[in-house]
Amino acid sequence: MKLITANAPHIRSFDNVRTIMIDVLIALIPAVIGASIFFGWYALFLSILGMAVGELIDYIIMRWIRGKKDFVPDGSGAVTGVLLALNVSARLPVGIFLIGLIFALGVGKHVFGGLGQNIFNPALVGRVFLMISFPTYMTTWIIPGAGFFKSPWDVQTAATPLMILKEGGQMNVTYWDLFIGKVGGSLGETSVLLLLIGFVYLLLRKRIKVVIPISYIGTVFVMTAIFYLVNPKFGDPLFHILSGGLMLGALFMATDMVTSPMTRRGQLIFGLGCGVLTVVIRLFGAYPEGVSLSILFMNSLVPIIDAVTKPRIFGEVKR
Amino acid sequence: MKLFTFRGGVHPPERKELSRDKEIIRAPLPNKVFVSMSNHAGAPAKPVVEVGQEVKTGQVIGEPTAFISAYIHSPVTGKVVEIRKMLHPIVGKPIDTVVIERTDEDDWELLPHGDFEKFSKEELIDIVKKAGIVGLGGAMFPTHVKLSPPPDKKIDTLIINGAECEPYLTIDHRLMLERAEDIAYGISIIKRILSVEKAIVGIENNKIDAIENMKKVLRGIAEVYALKTKYPQGSEKHLIYAVTGRKVPSGGLPMDVGVVVQNVGTVIAVKEAVMDGKPLIERGLTVTGEGVNEPKNLIVRIGSPVSWILDLCGGVKEETNRIILGGPMMGIAIRDVNTPILKGTSGIVALLPEKPLVPKPCIRCSRCVEACPMNLQPYLLYLLTLKKRYDDAVKEGLMDCIECGSCSFICPSKIEHVRYIKLAKNVYRALRGGKK
Repeated sequence: MKLITANAPHIRSFDNVRTIMIDVLIALIPAVIGASIFFGWYALFLSILGMAVGELIDYIIMRWIRGKKDFVPDGSGAVTGVLLALNVSARLPVGIFLIGLIFALGVGKHVFGGLGQNIFNPALVGRVFLMISFPTYMTTWIIPGAGFFKSPWDVQTAATPLMILKEGGQMNVTYWDLFIGKVGGSLGETSVLLLLIGFVYLLLRKRIKVVIPISYIGTVFVMTAIFYLVNPKFGDPLFHILSGGLMLGALFMATDMVTSPMTRRGQLIFGLGCGVLTVVIRLFGAYPEGVSLSILFMNSLVPIIDAVTKPRIFGEVKR
Repeated sequence: MKLFTFRGGVHPPERKELSRDKEIIRAPLPNKVFVSMSNHAGAPAKPVVEVGQEVKTGQVIGEPTAFISAYIHSPVTGKVVEIRKMLHPIVGKPIDTVVIERTDEDDWELLPHGDFEKFSKEELIDIVKKAGIVGLGGAMFPTHVKLSPPPDKKIDTLIINGAECEPYLTIDHRLMLERAEDIAYGISIIKRILSVEKAIVGIENNKIDAIENMKKVLRGIAEVYALKTKYPQGSEKHLIYAVTGRKVPSGGLPMDVGVVVQNVGTVIAVKEAVMDGKPLIERGLTVTGEGVNEPKNLIVRIGSPVSWILDLCGGVKEETNRIILGGPMMGIAIRDVNTPILKGTSGIVALLPEKPLVPKPCIRCSRCVEACPMNLQPYLLYLLTLKKRYDDAVKEGLMDCIECGSCSFICPSKIEHVRYIKLAKNVYRALRGGKK
């Protein structure tokens, strides 16, 4: 018998970074399947490519650029890859997608020091980078449901419901279409139903900062309700919470552990801020959609939010 | 059933089934004991015996050297063969240790004893002090100090800690099943000492049989509250909060909120001292863990070597790589199996190897913040310690940490927060001591 030095506690929970990342990937499966059904094989291809290449880029950077010889892949690169895929148009060429992914992981994550150190959500960094660099590719949407084997370049283009709203056009989608995801938009953002299934999975597995999506979506609902009462041209609150990237953003991007606040109170403020910014951009900004920019902006405030929402220590005496 | 509890905490696997149903057995007398002069919190005792001297069971061999210090008695009848410095598992420094070889069966030297009602409060406290009783839950704080609060602290509630929230350990559970009458006497004695009417026993609801037994036996003596099974429910501050709703102020003591807390084992020790005249020379403990061949609940003499106790339990499996004094959440891993047990050793847990855990960077999952029963931010204390910003760590509540290990237990990145927090506390104390 050989005894080793060990520090208390001597038993540890089973969970580790990898099991968490794998659970996030599992939670994204419904959305990926949905994307394949609505936008065809290319959507499935981009998602799987994102997962594989994301993890590979992470490994290459850690192993050879940052020289961590003992690095073991943890799945965080794969999560970024899939999330980026779900955030782009079904017609985005592979090369451009990969440039975005390299930027997301390289600049969004590793220049800050890698896993746990980044200020901004890497997938959103990648998305916004692509939006600025390749705006046409990133905003060309196709109509859903053309068939799995159809090339996206053969499918008719369509405007997203939020674009129609912005331009004051005639809306021809139902709430049901929005809920199941049969509308134009990014690969994984359209189906509220499938995103919610993944969210419930994470909730059951206790893998998610649950306050953020509730406060984010709640804020958007309440604010848009007020504007709708003032002037119906702004769109009704149900339409707003069901359309665009709100669900994907609120459930899977704003809840990114690394880039969100640590306390429940902080998470409430964070979600609130995301919600207010999203509504302002949607209703008054130059873009039809503002989820990505809202979350990135709030990401930058996380250190301040953490500092002002410190929990009161048990038994702390008021001074 | 109403369950009492607190915010935060974790649910480690209990693993109590290994020893829960094993009746307490009195271990045979050890042939050699190693009695540390630091068998309590506070100043080590001073040895008052010489090498070669014959000692009786219960004879004083160490005397207190300060207010917070305690008497130490010989656990066996025999001869002092050596007094030497031995590495102390908790203090981490060499401490005077009296080595006694047993020569005979017990020849007791007893304290004055009898019906507790014939003693005054002062006499009772003196017996507790002379018996060398310390907190048997693990902290080993001298009990007579706890039982003599300064006159400006009005005590109205006695709380008996039967939570036993540490995984694996079952000795308190067994004591509450098998020794409930002794606990009842002990509670009555302590109530008399403190002049309190109200006594509450808190027991986690994973010990339903103990709750029922204690309710039956303690009728009219103490109330029994069922506590939610959650670690660290047995933490003094959190037990007080759970059953009374009072929060011990930061840096304060239970007496600041009118409460005294005693562990069930300590209560039995008080009864045995006052009514049977026995000083604290033995204690109940659980020998358990996947590495032990025959898990048991034993009553063992203080100073018995761990290796000898493990042999009583069929020995350990060859692949065992950690032996813990206390529970697995807060206990101390010993390097030397011949380390003797202390008055505060509530268990010996032998654990088998697990995959080595490689700490990863913090992914800010916030589980440590959710789990911390003190509402601290363990991730922050860890980061500040890494950056050697000890003063800032203190501002963030470093000294309030009770080192329960909930944060390290739950952390998916396998960060050892508690290890760093202990380090930071030591450095801070040393630096502050230097400035004075």
